[in-house]
Amino acid sequence: MAVTEKAMHATNGHTSPPASKPADGYTIIGSRPVRPDGVDKVTGRAIYGADVRLQGLLYGKVLRSPHAHARILSIDTSKAEALPGVKAVVTGADLPTAADKVEDLGESAINLKYLSANILAHDKALYHGHAIAAVAAVDSHTAEEAIGFIEVKYEVLPPVMTVDDAMADNAPILLDGLRTDEMGEMGSKPTNLAKHFRHQQGDLAAGFAAAEVVVERTFRTETVHQGYIEPHTGTAQYNTDGQVTIWASTQGTFAVRNQTSEILRIPVSQIKVIPTEIGGGFGGKINVYLEPVAVLLSKKAGGKPVKLVMSRTEVLQATGPTSGSNIRIKIGADANGKITAAHAELYYEAGAFPGSPVGAAANVVLAPYAIDNLQVDGYDIVVNRPRSAAYRAPGGTNAAYATESVLNEIAEKLGIDQAHIRLINGAKQGDRRPDGVQHTEPIGLLETVQAIAESDHYNTPLTGKYQGRGIACGYWNNWGGKSSATAVLNADGTVSLNEASTDIGGSRASIAMQFAEAVGIGYEQVKPRVGDTDSVAYNDVTGGSRTTFSTGMAAHNMGVEMLSQMKERLADVWEVDAVEYADGEFSGGDNHISFQEAAALIYKTGEPLMVSSTVFPRSFGPGFSTQLADVEVDPETGKVTILRYTIAQDVGRAIHPSYVEGQMQGGVVQGIGWALNEEYIYNEKGQLLNGSLLDYRMPTALDLPMIETILVEVPYPGHPYGVRGVGEVNIVPPAGAIANAVANAIGSRMFELPMSPARVLEAMKE
Amino acid sequence: MAKKVMVQTVINNDDTTFVCETRQTLLEVLRDELGMTGTKEGCGNGNCGACNVMLDGVLVNSCLVLAVEAEGRTVTTIEGVAEAEGLHPIQQAFLEHAALQCGICTPGFIISSKALLEQNPNPSEHDVRLWLAGNLCRCTGYDKIVRAVLDVASAGQAKAGA
Amino acid sequence: MAVVWIPALIRPLTDGKSQVEVTGENVREIVEALEALYPGVAARIVEDDRIRPGLSVAVDGAVGNKGLLEPVGPESEVHFVPAMTGG
Repeated sequence: MAVTEKAMHATNGHTSPPASKPADGYTIIGSRPVRPDGVDKVTGRAIYGADVRLQGLLYGKVLRSPHAHARILSIDTSKAEALPGVKAVVTGADLPTAADKVEDLGESAINLKYLSANILAHDKALYHGHAIAAVAAVDSHTAEEAIGFIEVKYEVLPPVMTVDDAMADNAPILLDGLRTDEMGEMGSKPTNLAKHFRHQQGDLAAGFAAAEVVVERTFRTETVHQGYIEPHTGTAQYNTDGQVTIWASTQGTFAVRNQTSEILRIPVSQIKVIPTEIGGGFGGKINVYLEPVAVLLSKKAGGKPVKLVMSRTEVLQATGPTSGSNIRIKIGADANGKITAAHAELYYEAGAFPGSPVGAAANVVLAPYAIDNLQVDGYDIVVNRPRSAAYRAPGGTNAAYATESVLNEIAEKLGIDQAHIRLINGAKQGDRRPDGVQHTEPIGLLETVQAIAESDHYNTPLTGKYQGRGIACGYWNNWGGKSSATAVLNADGTVSLNEASTDIGGSRASIAMQFAEAVGIGYEQVKPRVGDTDSVAYNDVTGGSRTTFSTGMAAHNMGVEMLSQMKERLADVWEVDAVEYADGEFSGGDNHISFQEAAALIYKTGEPLMVSSTVFPRSFGPGFSTQLADVEVDPETGKVTILRYTIAQDVGRAIHPSYVEGQMQGGVVQGIGWALNEEYIYNEKGQLLNGSLLDYRMPTALDLPMIETILVEVPYPGHPYGVRGVGEVNIVPPAGAIANAVANAIGSRMFELPMSPARVLEAMKE
Repeated sequence: MAKKVMVQTVINNDDTTFVCETRQTLLEVLRDELGMTGTKEGCGNGNCGACNVMLDGVLVNSCLVLAVEAEGRTVTTIEGVAEAEGLHPIQQAFLEHAALQCGICTPGFIISSKALLEQNPNPSEHDVRLWLAGNLCRCTGYDKIVRAVLDVASAGQAKAGA
Repeated sequence: MAVVWIPALIRPLTDGKSQVEVTGENVREIVEALEALYPGVAARIVEDDRIRPGLSVAVDGAVGNKGLLEPVGPESEVHFVPAMTGG
């Protein structure tokens, strides 16, 4: 039974772009201008990582481990070095000895020894695809041939692939020095359990005792990849004076600089990182993989620049992904549906080195709801898979999938509507997150549930036997982080805005819009550019949904400061006490001039005008999203088709609504892939079997309907325009919403992601 | 070093002669030998569509075409889509609909959309989704891309009807 | 006095108390005050004169990175929580 085109919610022929008009009370914010980098990106002129071309450029390739877990006994590179055209070969032995200490270098803390060992394996290969050696040669084919001549002797060890493998008695140990950290108390024995922590509030036993209904379930989710379409690249030149230049496609140039500095023991002052355009990141382009290797190769090759580009298979084998997990959730509720107690246990696979996103997951798992009695236990576990990287609301999708599934079971048992149970329990200002931190400012969870409950979608009945409908909520904490920017007033009245947040999804536009709004000039008068690490002060990564929030705050501050300085300068020139600015015109005494004329006058009459702003907001508004999915299940094949999908998200204030909608739609579709198809499949030796985009099956245009968006605006008071991060929370609910819809469609519940056709068929037999 | 051969083609209406190894793909030659880096590599095995170009008017994955196969044929890449008077309507629609975020898949989508509209000037939403199923985008969820293509089609229909 | 929320796994050291009131102008003084009341707590929060890696301190819900020097007000609420990151 195929789902027909008509059954999917169609576009009603509405295809012209939405009107671009500012929000009430604003002149720019809320409009939908074309992004400054747009023309370059639709004409192919934009330069991405792999597009960098330099004089004398060498091409590199990386030799990777065929084994998931092996001791490296010896590496012989002599035959590769002898191949004509080969200019340099490096192995882990070329890396300086890394300190055994934990540092915070980008967005998360990591032991420097592990960071170094992930770039080029030290004594052990810890996953299929772990980098062992690298070659630079005159062209990529020669480099590819050369890595085939490198001889590596391995002692193959048994692979440890899952939570259960890793926690078993007598499990093989991945990292000899690893001990379990239980909130500062270190275990005494070698282990694969890196960390255990707990959040606890109220009285769990009393809460469950007071429940009318208790549901306890165990879930399994598989490893998934961020899936950016641009593979990782890194180009570097080690100059003979010791200065290093890196061209990077990265979420954070300063994160690349810091990591490279620590791995290679080169002072940050000797490293300049130049950002290229970036072809998607989603958290996966914060960790470095290739850049320090390119620096090493360039140094060995006498200072010639070296470019490394991963194949898609390398991307899937050795970068990203995010954690697979085992999750146990127990929730109790009274007869009215009010949650009386909840206990969550989260076991997250960190990959080869500690650092899964279980810390964030431990909040996400119960944060949409106000719960007096709760406990969350988080476990960070190493396995022979690639070191996990951040992926859009890291850890959140798995956790919410489990909670939202159990919550719907409770609603079904009590005969309560699935939107209603979320309204009964939804968190609001004054409530606390699972870790105890209080929401002291307004939050928009209840507004998003209400928006879904009132939507046309929710009030349109399903029409088919194998159709189902599911709701889920999600939370993401968002982030502030450090941002820096400068703005130069040009003589023609334009402003050159120099910032350092690499632009992955239109942030040059959203930042320029906030500057233009603050100054009261047109968007087109602001010329934003993303500078290198020598041109702006330190700037955190484009991640954590922070860029439009924090860098936008810096832009706003600069706008206010520029206006203030312009007024002072004009007051001096005009010899008046005060200058006013309104509707694009400066006035003082009998003088009235436009912004453009003022810029020319300031240029002529004194020193150039430049302002800067550096910010580090400690507080930021969390994001909530409630989502509604309709699915249809094919009873013959088990294939799940998304019929209709609606997202309501608290976006604080939508600076550029088209790009906010785009974030929501994009995050949801990644979540749909996670829910239905995407998973890492390993054989018994721990080798990845589906390392291509044919077999690692991400959603295509044909798999989806239009994704409807409802922008709920509960402004965050700590930002001048009320901005909340919008990039991540959208990926938190989809797996839960779809799981609830599938359960509704087939009448039985599934406890494993992805809900691929074979698994759905299996569930339908029960 | 592998033996090199000379290949004569027409790329974006310009007679172009290049020398390549027989093992080199059209994608590699476009990018590394001719410096036309607008055509992107996302997977190298025909699954993502980022490298799509037109070969004698037919949509192909340039990563699956050997450069020597371009002998005597015409190639259209993203660099050849814009018209003398400005952007192609598909390019303009992608900008106005915010149909790109990171933009790495955009050249491939624009080439594929152009090929679709040349074959079928009045596609349904389903037609667009089916045709573009060979192009992966990880940022947008496809919604705004599909709308942009439908918009160009309906504008074209309006023009044809006028 | 500031209210410190004691991480669950450290509560065996605080007689099971989940919240403790202490005085201090910054996180360092708060930790010292806790240590005076409940010996052993400081070592669980601080290492090499900084907040343990992987842990962050939230004062009134705000996560700064002054670490032990983060200011604490007389009515502040202090949480020690696992560090969180985004994508």
